[in-house]
Amino acid sequence: MSQAVSTAEDYLAAQRLANLPAVGTAWLDIRRNQARSLLEGVGLPTPRQEDWKYTNIRPITRSTFDPVSGSSGWNDQDFLESIQLPGLNSYRLVFADGILVRELSSCDGLPAGVTIASVAEILRADSAKLENLLGSALPTSPHGFTAMNSSFIADGAYLDIGPGIVLDKPVELVFICACAGEDRLGMPRNLIVGRPGSHASVIERYLSVVEARSLTNAVSEVILEEDAQLTHQRITDESSRSFHVGGLFARLGGDSRLDACSITLGGSLVRNDVLVNLDASGATVDLAGLYLARGRCHIDNHTHVVHNSPSARSRELYKGILNDRSRAVFHGRITVQAGAQQTDSEQNNQNLLLSREAEVDTKPQLEIYADDVKCSHGATVGQLDEMAVLYLRSRGIGESQARGILTHAFAGEILERIELDNLRLHLDHCVSHRLSSVERVVS
Amino acid sequence: MSSSATKISDLIGREYKEGFVTEIEADTLPPGLDEGVIRKLSAKKNEPEFMLDWRLDAFRRWQGMNEPAWAHVDYAPIDFQGISYYSAPRSQADGPQSLDEVDPKLLETYNKLGIPLEEQKFLAGVAVDAVFDSVSVATTFKSKLAEAGVIFCPFSEAVQEHPELVSRYLGTVVPTGDNFYAALNSAVFSDGSFVYIPKGVRCPMELSTYFRINALNTGQFERTLIIADEDSYVSYLEGCTAPMRDENQLHAAVVELVAMKGAQIKYSTVQNWYPGDEEGRGGIYNFVTKRGACRGDDAKISWTQVETGSAITWKYPSVLLEGDRSSGEFYSVALTNNCQQADTGTKMVHIGRETSSTIISKGISAGRGQNAYRGLVKVLKGAENARNYSQCDSLLMGNRCGAHTFPYLEVRNPTAIVEHEASTSKIGEDQLFYCRQRGLSEEDAVSMIVNGFCKEVFKELPMEFAVEAQALLGISLEGAVG
Repeated sequence: MSQAVSTAEDYLAAQRLANLPAVGTAWLDIRRNQARSLLEGVGLPTPRQEDWKYTNIRPITRSTFDPVSGSSGWNDQDFLESIQLPGLNSYRLVFADGILVRELSSCDGLPAGVTIASVAEILRADSAKLENLLGSALPTSPHGFTAMNSSFIADGAYLDIGPGIVLDKPVELVFICACAGEDRLGMPRNLIVGRPGSHASVIERYLSVVEARSLTNAVSEVILEEDAQLTHQRITDESSRSFHVGGLFARLGGDSRLDACSITLGGSLVRNDVLVNLDASGATVDLAGLYLARGRCHIDNHTHVVHNSPSARSRELYKGILNDRSRAVFHGRITVQAGAQQTDSEQNNQNLLLSREAEVDTKPQLEIYADDVKCSHGATVGQLDEMAVLYLRSRGIGESQARGILTHAFAGEILERIELDNLRLHLDHCVSHRLSSVERVVS
Repeated sequence: MSSSATKISDLIGREYKEGFVTEIEADTLPPGLDEGVIRKLSAKKNEPEFMLDWRLDAFRRWQGMNEPAWAHVDYAPIDFQGISYYSAPRSQADGPQSLDEVDPKLLETYNKLGIPLEEQKFLAGVAVDAVFDSVSVATTFKSKLAEAGVIFCPFSEAVQEHPELVSRYLGTVVPTGDNFYAALNSAVFSDGSFVYIPKGVRCPMELSTYFRINALNTGQFERTLIIADEDSYVSYLEGCTAPMRDENQLHAAVVELVAMKGAQIKYSTVQNWYPGDEEGRGGIYNFVTKRGACRGDDAKISWTQVETGSAITWKYPSVLLEGDRSSGEFYSVALTNNCQQADTGTKMVHIGRETSSTIISKGISAGRGQNAYRGLVKVLKGAENARNYSQCDSLLMGNRCGAHTFPYLEVRNPTAIVEHEASTSKIGEDQLFYCRQRGLSEEDAVSMIVNGFCKEVFKELPMEFAVEAQALLGISLEGAVG
């Protein structure tokens, strides 16, 4: 009965053999080693850990994935064209299994003061630049996957938006998995720095090139200095055989603003962690999320907003639509530290169950150590309003179409927050295509 | 005002400073726990074979378990081998001999709560005459209950007189291996209450442990079993608002409720055990497992609790909604002041069709208190059209306290509607100003606002209890403002 199960040790061994950039750089070696011991200590997550209570990674540990640390030579122009967002004009970096594909990337006409580069290149050429940034927004006790990502740091995107610069075009980061065949593990490590007063919009897209088993373990760190603004969109739409563990870890300076929107449309098992530290007064974060789960897919969103300073504001709305035998998990935690007075925080999670076999587990949490605060959270699980269905039907719309319209409208509340028209239209199209008809759940 | 609050606590807590009372009397087992102790305990209580087997089974399970660490509370480890698990009822000789020896501040508290003189003596641990008013009251009640066919007696008596009922229901709601403290309780429980309401009977009065004088010294491991047979109704009150003298630091009680088809059980608790002093020294650890099962269709179980005492409260009164159209309710006010910690909430497990549950939780944190709501709403696959509404509000007073909310919602049926709402706020300066302007002292104003905040829960309490609970809240908050 004993089946081979991959463990943290397998990945530690692979790390030892990997040909990683800038080995020998003292500070980087230390950090990679620290991450190694962390991974050694905590191991890969198990449902015994509270944060993984509802997500069993057994489907992932059933295979041992091969970490990709160098280019595989994948360079498929046609595929890239097929997935391009129509009409979107952007600076673009393309990564195959986490490694930059220079031929497919283009950052022409980048204004002075802005850097958009490969982390590997910066590490090789001028690693000191990243010393105080890389890893600075990570959680203090990260889980095994994040530690694994930190022990490698093979490549990823490095964005530095200089002081006062308002970037004219969005930055599109395309992460394509399964480029080098089955059972590959891509671990992009991104770093986005918004200098004082800068404005930028970043789109992270995670896609599969073919229907192959793969694992992506992506970490993005965001550091916003005073008055900086960042709009961050993360779209996960990998194949139904892909596993995805992603992290967005941010720390926000005074009066800065982060609008982060996470849309999960596909994947076999998807886990997204978000951690936002509001480190100075006036910081604002707005988290939005939409997850569409079908088939046997499992989507887990874990968010944690920490108010470390007074007068910061946080908003959060995550919405889920579950069909077939899918399962979704939402864990939203808000911590208000002692002294973080005048905190204004709201969190909401809403779920629509469309099938008898679907399951949702939601855990909104408040942890408050200050008294002059305004905090609320809410969570709902339910189905479509039959009155609304009746309204549409009485106007001559077929039942399943009516349900489709209402479900689409449910998702619309998240989609309409996306400011980039081309991106919004594209996503809207994806969503409505998948919800074109919704059957009634008969009890 | 804060100084008087301290004195009250000091007095009640006099016994706690040195930890557990371990003076060995003739009829007390030495500290420690092994199978021998359980056999002796069972023998002393003259229990039938099935009880001993049941206790031993629980003990074996307990040995394989670890103390839970997930609750949002913090305390020094407990030495389970340092506790004496059997002690004959204490003699009253070492208590104060008359009310004159009792701290006047404590008496003041009793007076504020409107407690009659004789009861004051009783609560303060004063040695009282054999002729005690309430005893005769209790006797009157007993005959009335017997007429209705209601069984209401100490647990140990039930084991002797109604072994068939005990063996049929004991442990069916909270199994022996349910959790660490429930297992410990099952192995060593001393006594408790047993209630059986026959079919179709509406219990003629509210049952209260307060009147069950003869079984008062039930000790730290209390076991309560209430069975409401088909279409019956019972309202049960546990605890009382007055601060109780108590020698045991660890309390691990288990309460099991069984509601058959169409039956209703209303269980109300007011808990005001010694919370420890202002620095958090001493105080009761209240680790309780309370659970009810709606076994039949249309059954209903309602928990109402007002938790103001104990250093640590760890308590999740739950309802298993097995029957179709059965419903569960949970109304709670939990107050933490000084260094008190509370991790409390409920579990509602929807199993039958059209089951419904309501959760209203009000948490108040003052001083350095930490107050957490932890709840689970679980809708299983077969629970068609299940409905849940949860509301958890927290009120913060002072900037060193904490209020936390950890709800878990697990839904496996698409026809279910589950809603959870929570908010956290402090008493508004404008509200306070409004009251002050109309001549209320700051403390009265706070007390009034807090009572308003808790109104939804208090209205679920039986009338006399509700009045006392309001006064209690005011007293517990003394010194928290200003």
